[in-house]
Amino acid sequence: MKKQYAKHIIDIIETNSKVLDLGCGNGELLDVLRKEKKATVYGVEIDFDYALSCIKRGISVFQGDIDEGLAEFSSKSYDYVILSQTLQQVKKPQFVISEMLRIGKKAIITFPNFAYWQVRFQLFFKGVSPVTKAIPYEWHNTPNIRVITIKNFKELCEKENISITYETPLFKNLLLRKLIPQKLSNLLLKQGVFIITNQANQGCCKTPDTKKN
Amino acid sequence: MTNNSEIKYFEGFNSPNQMKLQSGQELGPITIAYETFGKLNDSKDNAVLVCHALTGDAHVSGENGWWDFLIGPNKAIDTNKNFVICSNAIGGCKGSTGPSSKDPKTGKPYGLNFPVITIGDMVQAQKALIDELGIAQLKMVLGGSMGGMQAMEWSIMYPKRVKACTVVASASKLSPQALAFDAVSRNAITSDEKWAAGNYAHDEPPEKGLAIARMIGHITYLSNESMNKKFGRKLQKKEDYSYDFSTDFQIESYLKYQGDKFVNRFDANSYLYISKAVDYFDLTKKYGSVEKAFKNTNCKFLVIAISTDWLFSPKQSKDIVKALLKQSKEVTYAQIDSPFGHDAFLIESTQMTSLVQNFLNQVK
Repeated sequence: MKKQYAKHIIDIIETNSKVLDLGCGNGELLDVLRKEKKATVYGVEIDFDYALSCIKRGISVFQGDIDEGLAEFSSKSYDYVILSQTLQQVKKPQFVISEMLRIGKKAIITFPNFAYWQVRFQLFFKGVSPVTKAIPYEWHNTPNIRVITIKNFKELCEKENISITYETPLFKNLLLRKLIPQKLSNLLLKQGVFIITNQANQGCCKTPDTKKN
Repeated sequence: MTNNSEIKYFEGFNSPNQMKLQSGQELGPITIAYETFGKLNDSKDNAVLVCHALTGDAHVSGENGWWDFLIGPNKAIDTNKNFVICSNAIGGCKGSTGPSSKDPKTGKPYGLNFPVITIGDMVQAQKALIDELGIAQLKMVLGGSMGGMQAMEWSIMYPKRVKACTVVASASKLSPQALAFDAVSRNAITSDEKWAAGNYAHDEPPEKGLAIARMIGHITYLSNESMNKKFGRKLQKKEDYSYDFSTDFQIESYLKYQGDKFVNRFDANSYLYISKAVDYFDLTKKYGSVEKAFKNTNCKFLVIAISTDWLFSPKQSKDIVKALLKQSKEVTYAQIDSPFGHDAFLIESTQMTSLVQNFLNQVK
């Protein structure tokens, strides 16, 4: 399931980056980043068998629960910390996000958008718990414990003083981008894909430039 | 002949080139008993060194081998491809020089004249053996519990000699709780009249004290959960309490059996020395911090903890991983889910096999 949304992440990450993937599964994404982007990669995965798959690929992994914190990782020790399709499953999302921003210079978060029009449609007209490509589970077997929308996520970032430096544009076509406001992403996008950073941190990095002037 | 398990002896550190011990004392000449499995290839780059735990020996694979599920032909450490070496730690009583060996100065057993040794000293002795075998770099060094401490010391003391290091159910230092159990164990031995300040005759060892030490050890190797499952409060071959001080409970009987069995195979003074070496092991004390200890290591690490191990807890393993990550070392951490407590590293064959095999396959 993760594969089809990984492309966004692969495109975003610069060559030779140091990348930490939280909930890295079998290490597939890290494997691609390692090969295509020459990234130095590391994974965190709660499941023993998935962790084993990472070892099989030669990817170093830490078997652990991201909800319990990531005290093993030093501050700003990675260029990117990724949380791909996992935010809707964590117990303490704010804590996990703050840990990501502590460990990484930037954090990439992707999640299924529960305000996507198809999801709304199913709930509104059919009256059933929605099942889509992005949310392929039935209500009784879903590992997802949260319903997140793109709007929700942006609101949280604003409240927590987290700056969003990237979000998936609605269209590749630049003209369409101008015609249709990005605000509609909450309705039109299956996925939220964001790069976030600590605002305070950004401020500190800008200071030297202003001093030069 | 892939599983050539026959005990061999290496002699070294003859006068005047005695071993300089961490304590400042000297020891030599020494004998190291070891076994090898598989064949050393022409480029000598397929050697795996296995370090044993507190009361282990060189017989790691083959019939009654203590890690036979892990090591042998077509097993996780495949002896068709790898050359496995396992040696008895110095201070022990399974063929290597220890307190029961003859002191060349007196012609009598060392007894308490044997110098107190450390994990680092054990590793220094092993390294002489590896030199002798002509192995420039070990493909992997691996050990559980005290063996894990040795594996870590290998990566730290001889960084160029180790390509990969696997540390199972171990720690950078014992917890005070573990120190306490060791102290009581040693007390049991030294309080036995027959111990005679370490000068007991070979055929008259302090059996009672040693058996109690082993019983204490076994309590720490199990978990509450596994004791509950295995024994509960069940009575041993009786319907009701005996209302005297004979063995009532199955757990009592089990510990007694383990204690009695142990005195036939282990030397009391060796127990004192080796448990002391484990107690003294402390990477922070020796190197300033765990992080500093690993600073110059040059290998990849696999750190394995056991979910119900309270003697060497997962938290202690994670502290090792944290230090390695701080030093930007390649490290994988995995946790074996098992009810068996510390003992699990010698029991959980499936999880151990899959981890070690896949990790070793990636060591190029």
